[in-house]
Amino acid sequence: MTALSINNLRKTYRNGFVALKGINMTVEAGDFYALLGPNGAGKSTVISVIASLITKSSGQVSIYGHDLDSERETAKRLIGLVPQEFNFNMWEPVEEILLNQAGYYGIPRKLAYERAETYLKQLNLWDKRQSQARWLSGGMKRRLMIARALVHQPQLLILDEPTAGVDIEIRRSMWKFLREINQQGTTIILTTHYLEEAESLCRNIAIIDHGQIIEQTSMAKLLSQLNTEIFVLNLDQPLEVVPHVPGYTVSLQDGRTLEIEVLREQSMNDLFSQLSQQGISVVSMRNKQNRLEQLFIDLVGRSSGSVSS
Amino acid sequence: MNFWRVYRIAFQTIVTKEILRFMRIWVQTILPPAITTTLYFVIFGKLIGERIGEMEGYSYIDFIVPGLILMAVIQNSYANVVSSFFSTKLQHYIEELLIAPVPNWVILSGYVVGGVTRGTLVGVVVTIISLFFTDLQINSYSITLLVFVLTSILFALAGFINAVYAQSFDDISIVPTFVLTPLTYLGGVFYSISLLPSFWQNVSLINPVLYMVNAFRFGILGVSDIDLVVALGIILVFIVLLTLFSLSLLSRGVGIKN
Repeated sequence: MTALSINNLRKTYRNGFVALKGINMTVEAGDFYALLGPNGAGKSTVISVIASLITKSSGQVSIYGHDLDSERETAKRLIGLVPQEFNFNMWEPVEEILLNQAGYYGIPRKLAYERAETYLKQLNLWDKRQSQARWLSGGMKRRLMIARALVHQPQLLILDEPTAGVDIEIRRSMWKFLREINQQGTTIILTTHYLEEAESLCRNIAIIDHGQIIEQTSMAKLLSQLNTEIFVLNLDQPLEVVPHVPGYTVSLQDGRTLEIEVLREQSMNDLFSQLSQQGISVVSMRNKQNRLEQLFIDLVGRSSGSVSS
Repeated sequence: MNFWRVYRIAFQTIVTKEILRFMRIWVQTILPPAITTTLYFVIFGKLIGERIGEMEGYSYIDFIVPGLILMAVIQNSYANVVSSFFSTKLQHYIEELLIAPVPNWVILSGYVVGGVTRGTLVGVVVTIISLFFTDLQINSYSITLLVFVLTSILFALAGFINAVYAQSFDDISIVPTFVLTPLTYLGGVFYSISLLPSFWQNVSLINPVLYMVNAFRFGILGVSDIDLVVALGIILVFIVLLTLFSLSLLSRGVGIKN
């Protein structure tokens, strides 16, 4: 089943700025979907239209087959949104924020209390339930917005940069939580600037730039487009000169650090065997760049080139 | 899915949130009108009023009590909605409502009932205070209650419209200061328009607050400068117009959506 279907979505603001130039996008139920793009590309505008926070200029949006124009209230019940900016009453206690949101969805108070307890506990906010939201740390505020978005148990959860400004430990615990609710059947759409996050969590991806979708495919297919990867090798002994490794482009960063460009069809075993034959011992190795990041820069770079030309 | 049940719970949630909001800050919302009105009763009612003598057959303090109660209702119904809805916009938690399946009329009625509740609470407090200064005899409970509630609804709606257009805190204080206060003071709270020269009597008839104050005074004292049916008709027409305008603002997303 299709969780989200967007057809020819356009948005022009009153000042004439064209934010969306005919977006087409489909997200299947149960998917974990990444919507990526540079700043100002139109990601948040797409999300705001889906969430009814911005009025679209034209086009069609449907959620689980319910048209956002003709079946607005049914469609809205199926969406949960974690926005980029904090948008709750800072003076309200944490639990009250969840209870109010549940109330707006028509959830009776008793059930709302149960749901609030469930999600506040899952997101490690239960101890803070009586605190005013303004006293929470940045990471806690982000988790509060996730709990609030889940309180009516939506089938489609949209997260607009949910881990922005959150430390790595909390970010990883949020990833774990999001994977769990996705496995339980919630469709998730995620925008993020941490491409490692998208690569690690999402199965399908759309890249948006200048208000247009420039790529829409599965994460695996996209990553398979990557022809070369650059590896950074830390060496046991320092080198004086750049070693010659036939078939590979090698550069010496400092005495103990080599950068080697490896083509997709080349074998890592072959590389290590050649290095070993030359008496070069490798202590550790890492990718120079996140793989998705490399592709993202290429795609957006190409898109910008075509737009400017 | 029973939509009416959803609407009822959403409405109750908005109203409860509004009541909790103004009760949480009762020192800013309930106490000041009580103190101000007490000062009015002491200064205008007792100290100056005793030298003024009778007005329309009533002692001056008896004459101004209905106007002072209604003035408190007007100001607080208006202030509650304008400040609450503006904060909702300013801090973006209006988005909590916009994303939810809550129809615009439920949002509007929730905020209006919140404003009416504060107006009623302040009105009751002011009425209790007035009992320390005068023997309040109610001519007609039904008319008094009707005008009280309708006036409160009308000014809660006006506060909502002000909040929709407001872009800064200045914008939510300009209307109460430069429009609402003069209209209230010149709306016959402290005097009967029969004291004015005929030209100013006619000018006063443009002021909608005059109709509310007089209808309320009729409910309490049984005297009015204005025909009751005309007064009630004007209040109802204003309520219908402001309701339609508010709903139109919400459906167009004015001041709320891009």
